[in-house]
Amino acid sequence: MSSVTSTCVLRNSQAAAIASAPVLGESEFRAFVTEGAREGGRLVAFFGYPQSEGGIRLLAAIARGGESSLEVATTRVDRVYPSLTTDCVQAHGFEREIAEQWGVEPQGHPWLKPVRFHESYRPGQDVFKRQQPPQAGLADFYRIEGEEVHEVAVGPVHAGIIEPGHFRFQCHGEEVLHLEISLGYQHRGVERALVGGPNARSLHLMETLAGDTTIGHTTAYCQAVESLTGVRVPARAQAIRAIALELERLANHTGDLGALAGDAGYLPTMSYCGRIRGDFLNITALLCGNRFGRNLICPGGVARELDKNRLAQLETRLAQASQDVASAVNLLWESSSVRARFENTGTLSKETCLQLGLVGPVARACGVERDARREFPFGLYRFFQIPVSTFHHGNVFGRAFVRWLEIQRSINFIQQQLKALPGGAIRAEMKPMAPGQFCLSLVEGWRGEICHVGLTGDQGQWMLYKVKDPSFHNWMGLAVALRGQQISDFPLCNKSFNLSYCGHDL
Amino acid sequence: MIKTLRARWRQKQRTIAFPQGEPVLPELFRGRPEIDGSRCAKGCDACAQSCPTGAIQTGESGAQIDLGRCLFCLDCESACAPGAIHFTREYRLATAKREDLTVGGDIKSLGRAFNRRVQNLFGRSLKLRQVSAGGCNACEADVNVLNTIVFDLGRFGIQFVASPRHADGLLITGPVTQNMREALENTYLAVPAPRLVIAVGGCAIAGGPFADNPEVTNGAPATVPVNLFIPGCPPHPITILDGLLRLVGQIEENGDDWKKI
Repeated sequence: MSSVTSTCVLRNSQAAAIASAPVLGESEFRAFVTEGAREGGRLVAFFGYPQSEGGIRLLAAIARGGESSLEVATTRVDRVYPSLTTDCVQAHGFEREIAEQWGVEPQGHPWLKPVRFHESYRPGQDVFKRQQPPQAGLADFYRIEGEEVHEVAVGPVHAGIIEPGHFRFQCHGEEVLHLEISLGYQHRGVERALVGGPNARSLHLMETLAGDTTIGHTTAYCQAVESLTGVRVPARAQAIRAIALELERLANHTGDLGALAGDAGYLPTMSYCGRIRGDFLNITALLCGNRFGRNLICPGGVARELDKNRLAQLETRLAQASQDVASAVNLLWESSSVRARFENTGTLSKETCLQLGLVGPVARACGVERDARREFPFGLYRFFQIPVSTFHHGNVFGRAFVRWLEIQRSINFIQQQLKALPGGAIRAEMKPMAPGQFCLSLVEGWRGEICHVGLTGDQGQWMLYKVKDPSFHNWMGLAVALRGQQISDFPLCNKSFNLSYCGHDL
Repeated sequence: MIKTLRARWRQKQRTIAFPQGEPVLPELFRGRPEIDGSRCAKGCDACAQSCPTGAIQTGESGAQIDLGRCLFCLDCESACAPGAIHFTREYRLATAKREDLTVGGDIKSLGRAFNRRVQNLFGRSLKLRQVSAGGCNACEADVNVLNTIVFDLGRFGIQFVASPRHADGLLITGPVTQNMREALENTYLAVPAPRLVIAVGGCAIAGGPFADNPEVTNGAPATVPVNLFIPGCPPHPITILDGLLRLVGQIEENGDDWKKI
């Protein structure tokens, strides 16, 4: 165990007083993070917030899946502190974010660059010493020099209907030696807009953090609000939330398998899955009127009752979609040309996966049993478990196959829940949030673990709200997976990760 | 091979009947709202207070909703005790004029046919470059599905192309972040004139849930003038398809036969 004794240990969505999080000295905090991330733990949150007495408080949370525990500790910094990334790779993105937001420099950070290209939250304290307003992508990129080495720059505007991002490949011939991904083009100031809330807009900002993960992020937000108000969500609402979350997973996994088939040039599965994804989205629309699950999840429960008629329709349509998706996806595994294209492409080792702290199907495809539904059970998953689906190759095939396993398990889960849907209310009455409290809320979205951290101020308003989409970790996984690959493998690798730009950029 | 053929047979022909037939929409679908000003209590502004994006104005003649800002979230419908606001199943929402998006007590048609010149130029072939500029990727997703076999956009001569140089216009989504503004303007300038701009979703029209955040420009800036507005958060694919088909004249004007579905 960690040599640090004084930490605050919480469960998923358990509220605690902010004051109960211990303040550690610099070296003790360093040991807490670096040892915690090494010994079977993982850095799930690491961010700064301003203190009334001046300076910045850094809060880190180490998640221990085996014990379902979240260990929290804090430290005080002002303008500089020694970077933790040198001893803990998982801190890389977090430290860049802290530097950009609060103008605190992690000294000795190996690659200190802006994450989202916005101005510092502390006026006049800019770690990057920029004279002009920040411009996305305007920074030094890693370069490889040498004969026949060339650079390929792509984006922010891409060729397809995709979100903006900038990719720099350092290539030798066709081989990619290094890929650097520079984002921030989708930055629309969500976290700052939440401060001082909740208000009429808060829930809608959650629904639009990442449109394809509306249910995942909204559930994480509502869990946080509910624990900070001490409201218990009715069982029926928990069941509807879990059904919606699995439908979201089904739609996206099916879409991903279709897109992967398309990139391997296998059109039958591409066409079928493109449509079946829509069938799953339409089942979500059956629940609430919107294909992405807008206006379904709300603090206290869910906003729409699932009446008998729609319940019956849901069962019929799910059974149909279940047969269609099996027929479409099984073609992939029976096609030797598809298998050959997927296997040995974009391989990540289990060791790299653990070091980078990757999450979701990407981690499970590397043989890492990481799934918040089992490790940090929330809502209905406290009573009904879904087996964790893993594979061991860590390549495109593994990531595709894990998705297929999860599709089957999600369908089974929904079918079971529909047969045993609890009765009763769908929404509990909300109360104001308690002042001076915080909580970490974890949800296993379809891309992986979503982590929200809310801290309330002295009036029970949001003093700070931190959102972490699984993409925040996994973009680095994509960059590393591409090393030593052909540049033409990028689209296929990229689809096998299918990460969110807006969820990352916030 | 036999398995592939069997799967093909199983999966059937799935392209929808729209626009010849009526579209299939979810039971709880919310389209164009209808306001019964006579039910509005004097001085009541509960709907405006509940609106997350400030899309509602209240006045003498009752409430008015700006669909360009509206998220179709029903917060106003729930807040309105006398039931003056009701979201209908009318999916035809696209319009060429920004001011048409403000709906009040009067029933006026959205979803008009557009200018003949556009139809002569692009009626049989319209190539678009999509620019995603800061939204949540839901509009992008529901534009993308138009390329699936369900909607089969290609059959109408409309296609998304990889380069602005090959395009007749842009289809913009997202509130246009400060970080995307320059890229959007450059992409617009790279499209050869005459060029069209289509704003899809509340974000691209007025900033959506991100409106007035200093990190965004509240939708397509004045330097990228919009020819077609398709409201929604996100608009249903049918609403987007209907708008595109009206723009190129493949669905004719039905301004007078607007009916409540």
